[in-house]
Amino acid sequence: MIRSITQPKPEEELNRLLSDFNRIFIIGCGTCATLTRTGGLEQVAAMKERLSQAGKMVTGQTVVPVACDNLTLEMMKEYDAGIQQAAALLVMSCAFGVQTLARQIPKNVIPALDTLFIGKETGAGKFQEICTQCGTCVIGETGGICPVTSCHKGLVNGPCGGTDKGKCEIDKNKDCAWTLIYNRLKALDRLDAMRKLFGPRNYLGEPKPGKFEIKAEA
Amino acid sequence: MVSEFKKALVSGKFVVTCELAPPKGAHVDKMSHHIDLLKDKVDAMNLTDHQSSVMRYPSLGGAILVKEKGGEPILQMTCRDRNRLALQADLLFAWSRGVRNVLCLTGDSVMLGDHKQAKPVFDLDSSQLVAAIRTLEKGKDLGGNDLDGQVNYCAGAIVTPEADPLEPQLIKFEKKIEAGAEFIQTQAVYDLDKLKSFMDYARQFPVKILAGVILLTSAPMARFMNKNIAGVNVPQNLIDEMAAAPKGGALAKGIEIAGRMIRRIHEEKICDGVHIMAIGKEETVPDIMAAAGVSRAMPS
Repeated sequence: MIRSITQPKPEEELNRLLSDFNRIFIIGCGTCATLTRTGGLEQVAAMKERLSQAGKMVTGQTVVPVACDNLTLEMMKEYDAGIQQAAALLVMSCAFGVQTLARQIPKNVIPALDTLFIGKETGAGKFQEICTQCGTCVIGETGGICPVTSCHKGLVNGPCGGTDKGKCEIDKNKDCAWTLIYNRLKALDRLDAMRKLFGPRNYLGEPKPGKFEIKAEA
Repeated sequence: MVSEFKKALVSGKFVVTCELAPPKGAHVDKMSHHIDLLKDKVDAMNLTDHQSSVMRYPSLGGAILVKEKGGEPILQMTCRDRNRLALQADLLFAWSRGVRNVLCLTGDSVMLGDHKQAKPVFDLDSSQLVAAIRTLEKGKDLGGNDLDGQVNYCAGAIVTPEADPLEPQLIKFEKKIEAGAEFIQTQAVYDLDKLKSFMDYARQFPVKILAGVILLTSAPMARFMNKNIAGVNVPQNLIDEMAAAPKGGALAKGIEIAGRMIRRIHEEKICDGVHIMAIGKEETVPDIMAAAGVSRAMPS
């Protein structure tokens, strides 16, 4: 399952974002941010404690099941009093949740987390970015491994000179995408695919911001 | 106008190039001094492009300075900082100012340099940049539009003969040649037997190959490269030799080692030439060449 991967904002930055607000309502998320332990029940409780100690008034708190779901507004109705008292909502979800709330509730909305990537859980407590939704998928020719995402430089014609012992130049613990692709294509007897010289990539897959509408059938 | 460097490459003589790193700042005096010192001694000079992703005076400015001083520049261009519009524009500009040689590189990660939070570009990769040059030569840009005035570069790229694993690197090497690379500079290779086995493979391709030689300046510097530079392996015997140099004599020992290696590459006709990287010690290039017994006028 795909997950939105988050990490807490640096304390200093969060303090600055909250400096103008004394009454705060905290909202966590029961889905991805709970899984990554950045916005579940425990983290929301710890945030309440932290803000109280900093002299803020916490007017209420909740962990909604899925912050990015449009039903979140319905879920929030029972906390209306606390929300009305608050000068700002501190949202401990990914930016999808933060923006879902910001679109629906006319209050200052402050993210407590930074959204790192949309990733896949690859092991207990481990997440990896495997697709960046570029709109021009190349994995049919790269053994099902995405170089646009998995190569630090997004190279489509093979490894750069920084690859070493199968690892990336930016981190000896990061696999070189092109070593992975090479190993896989070799195992599949498809190394010829790697010999194909790709032209410049099409970055116009879907101009930012992405927008899509299902066409009504005639 | 055919590039002087290209003439040297096709003449069959043993080609010697070196490398200059533009300054960190607007003062070009030291680089000018190195250009004056080396322009008549080597066949061409590479100007590095924010090497290791450290922001510096541009390689393009350095290349123009070399040209103005009567030297032969090889403009290094990485794909790290410019998209295809900017790369093509700089290729047109460089051509209009007399630059005739380009070395195409992907570029190091921005994270390795001194502006870690900058936006990396990598719109093209090194092989696509070579191909882009060939497109511009046909009087078209990458958008398929006609150009009013085209270029005719001697284009090259790099290879790491000791990459691990090696085959993906060799596949990329072949793609660079397919894209139109006329010459290849190798990453520094200290084990000449390994360089020979790479050349046994590489000789089948229609491309001139210059062996990369990085001047060793101390034993710790050699160990640092082994630890931090992908595909560079300084063998223990050379590190020991550097460590055994008398106090204050490490640089002289490094020059001797580089000279010895180049001599063998030349005498055994292992490569078509050498690319000397005397990082921060550019003034030693003539000493290295003297130790190697090579000079610009030398036939193969």
